[in-house]
Formats: sequence, C-alpha cells, structure tokens
Amino acid sequence: MIVAERKPLDQILAMLEPYRRVLLVGCGTCTAVCLAGGEREVALLAAALRLARQARGQPLETAEVTVQRQCDREFVSPLAAPVAEADAVCSTACGCGVQLLAEVFPDRRVFPALDTRFMGVTVEPGWWAERCRGCGECILDRTGGICPVARCSKGLMNGPCGGYRDGKCEVDPQVDCAWLLIYERLKALGRLDAMGTYNPPKDWSVAFVGKPRRVVREDAKPPVVEGKV
Amino acid sequence: MTLRQALSEGRFVVTAESCPPKGTAVAGALEEAERLRGLVQAFNVTDQQSSVMRLGSLALCHLLHERGLEPVYQVTCRDRNRIALQSDLLSAAALGVENVLCLTGDHVSMGDHPQAKPVFDLDSVSLLEAARQLSSGHDLAGKELDGTPSFFLGAVVSPGADPVEPQLLKMEKKARAGAEFFQTQAVFDAGAFGRFMEAARPLGKPVLAGIILLKSAGMARFMNRNIPGVHVPDRLIGIMEAAKDRQSASVEVAAGLIRELKPLCQGIHLMAMGWEHLVPRVLEASGLVNGEAG
Repeated sequence: MIVAERKPLDQILAMLEPYRRVLLVGCGTCTAVCLAGGEREVALLAAALRLARQARGQPLETAEVTVQRQCDREFVSPLAAPVAEADAVCSTACGCGVQLLAEVFPDRRVFPALDTRFMGVTVEPGWWAERCRGCGECILDRTGGICPVARCSKGLMNGPCGGYRDGKCEVDPQVDCAWLLIYERLKALGRLDAMGTYNPPKDWSVAFVGKPRRVVREDAKPPVVEGKV
Repeated sequence: MTLRQALSEGRFVVTAESCPPKGTAVAGALEEAERLRGLVQAFNVTDQQSSVMRLGSLALCHLLHERGLEPVYQVTCRDRNRIALQSDLLSAAALGVENVLCLTGDHVSMGDHPQAKPVFDLDSVSLLEAARQLSSGHDLAGKELDGTPSFFLGAVVSPGADPVEPQLLKMEKKARAGAEFFQTQAVFDAGAFGRFMEAARPLGKPVLAGIILLKSAGMARFMNRNIPGVHVPDRLIGIMEAAKDRQSASVEVAAGLIRELKPLCQGIHLMAMGWEHLVPRVLEASGLVNGEAG
C-alpha cells in the first residue's frame, strides 16, 4: 500500500485559512489502511479543523465524503455536486488522489492533508515500513525476495558496505541491513552463489528519476466501436 | 618506484591518509605530506570523508603528484553519477594520477549536509568495473575513448565486520571487477585479522591493513560503540588509559600492532587522525623506517 501521514494541523489550517466551506475527501484504500486518510480520519480532521477555526472566531463549515479510491476517475467524478458547493477541497489521499481531484475539478483549489511517505507493508499494527521504490525493473528474483533498492540505505546492488553492526544499518539503528537479510536468506536457501553474481549498474531511465512514467495497455483500453469516431 | 611496482615486487608497503581541508588552505595538508616524503609509499587522499564537504580529492592528488609525492585518488559513489565519475577518472588520468581507490562512500546522513540527495548510481563494484572499462578504451555506454587511461585500482574491505562472510564475498567480487589491492578498515586485533587473511589469501591480492592512531581510551571506546567493524580490545584501551604521555602510548600501540600484522599482510595504511606528526615515530618504532618502505 501507499503509506502516508497527516500533516500537522497548523499546516492544514494555514492552507485552508481563506476558505469558509471546505469539502474533505477521504480515500478508502491505502490511506485508510494506514490510518491516515479513511472515513474515520476524515471525521476526526473535520472536527479538529472546525474546533480550531471556532476558537479563532472564523468558523469553518465542513462536508465530508470518503470514496473507495481517489486514484480512479470513476470514483472521483461523482463528487461534482459536493465540490461545487465548497470553496475549497482538502484531500486525505496520497499525492495521486490529490492530483486527480485537482485535474477533475480544475476550478477548485485542492489541498493535501497528508504527506505521502512510501510504498510499504504493515510490519505490525501501527508500524509500516518501506518495501518498494517502484524502480521499474524488479530484481527480487536475484536477491532472495528482499529489495536492496528500497531497503539498503545506499541502494547498493552488489552486497553490503562495511556499515552494518548487530545486523542493523549504521545510518539508522532501527533499520535492518538489507544485504545481511539477503545474505542470510540466500544462505538458508542454499543459494549463496547468487551473492557472487555481479549486478550491473541499474537502469535509472525506467525508474523514479527523470521523465514521468506511464503504462499503456492496448488490450485494456475501451473497445473502439466500428463506424464511430 | 610506484605503488603498483612496490606491491608487485612484494615489498611491504606503507600508505598514509591525507585529508583535504574544508576550504582552500591546502598548505597544511601539503606540509604534512612533505614530512612523510620517503617514509611512506603513497598518500590516500580522502573524498569528502564522512560525507563532510571539503576540497576535492582530485585537486589535492594533483598537488601531491606535482610535488613528486604519489597519491591514491579515493573515489566514492555518494556524490556523483556514472557520467561524473567516469569523467573524473579520465581527469585523474590526464593529470597523471594512476592509483584509484574505489569506495561506496559513507551515507550523506553521516556528514554536514544531511539533506543532500545521495547518489549511489554506481556502487564500489560497478565503479571498479567502470574504471576497468575505461582502461580498455571504452566507457560504460560502450563508446570508444579518444585516449585511454591506465589505472592501478584498489578497493576496501572491513575485516572486523560481523559476520565477515558477506565482506569476503564482496571482496571477491571487487577483485573480479578489477581491484588489484585492498586497504582495510582499522585493525586492532591481530588474531582476528589473521583469520580474515587466511580466508582472503586465495584471492592473491595484496592487503594493506588499516592502522588508526589511538588518541585516548575515550576515543577507543567511542569507536567501539559507533564504528561498525572496529573493535579495540580492552588491553589496548588499558594502555591508553594508564598512559601519562598519550602520544607515546599511541606510538607504542600502533607500532606493536604493525609488528604483529606485518607477517600477515602486504602493507599497512596509516590513518593518523590529526596526529600526522607521530607517523615517523610509529614507523621507526615498528621497524619500517629503514626497511623496505624507506
């Protein structure tokens, strides 16, 4: 899932300061699961914003709606009516959801209530950790199912640096050394030979730096009806 | 005689660390190097050591080379992508700098610009490959070079890492990628280092053991707590603690280590950490001054 955290309330208040009626749009998928932007978090945020604005003598009206996914037009387009009634929109989706709202409703300012952190997993309740950087070229088959791009602080491709200690990374003692995890797993699987394989420099042209990426699937596009243009 | 020749002839080699200043005042670093002329084979010039922004390694390498002192150009992958790294390697060759030590580099978060974007486009192994490819007349994109550099490539290893097997596996990879010699993280335990060397010996590459001059018991304990792969035994900490004259104790500890390590490896790499003036005494006390290194 995409893991996000809510911005400090003061930052959200500052963004919404000029507005009197705000539509808060929650997202029922990733940010709901990581307890940052689902229906419950939207209700809490709305109450906190109203209270704070009341205390400042500038009351705020809020409307709240949570859609299944803010990253899909089919769930966002039906919001036309509540968006029209609001001065501004505040989204508790990841950056994708915020941008799609802004794209679908170009005449309304859309504000992010969250900071999008990473793609990750739930380690245990209340603890999420990064697992994938969407680098465009998966090498998990070579690294025992543990990603050095996302989980090594330096993103090293050819084994650990000298900075591990008690299994942890010197950059952050809370973080496991990814290459030690890879080493131990490959060893347990009897595949330690894979540690000796040279991994050439990564192809960053397919990764998250540089030009924005897209995926186009002709077979998934809506069928073109004969005779219609 | 160059570092390459000295190692290929099987001489016991001494290298010393030379750290560029934070700023343009290079006189101090050059004077320190000058004091060691004839005592050490070559000077490893660090590349933004500990991710602290400083004058560039290549500039100081060039200034040393100009004075007839042999530099080892330390290159890390932290701050430059493959275009800049290859370009700097060509620049080094054009300036007559032949020795290159290829490192991954510390993470930016360890230094004085922790918000910087870490690069790590290449790693220590692919940097060695890049340097070797340049030496064969082509760049990483396969394009032909107009003028081909020649390098004597080195790499690093941490013999005290726990577990050490991943270090040995990577060391082997580095040797296959073109590393002709290795310099190590600081060694304080000759017994453990000997076991490491037994495992590393089949690679057939010369290893220069890292020696850090201890300044105090506190520094030793700090390293034990904070530097992965470094373990100063209690016995050495005790010597530093009991010392009335810490500089003499530092010389005694380092020289003792060097005498123990000498039969196990092909040279030593001295990191004086600001006590460069003690290096001649260390070399004398360890019996290296009038030996092969002189």
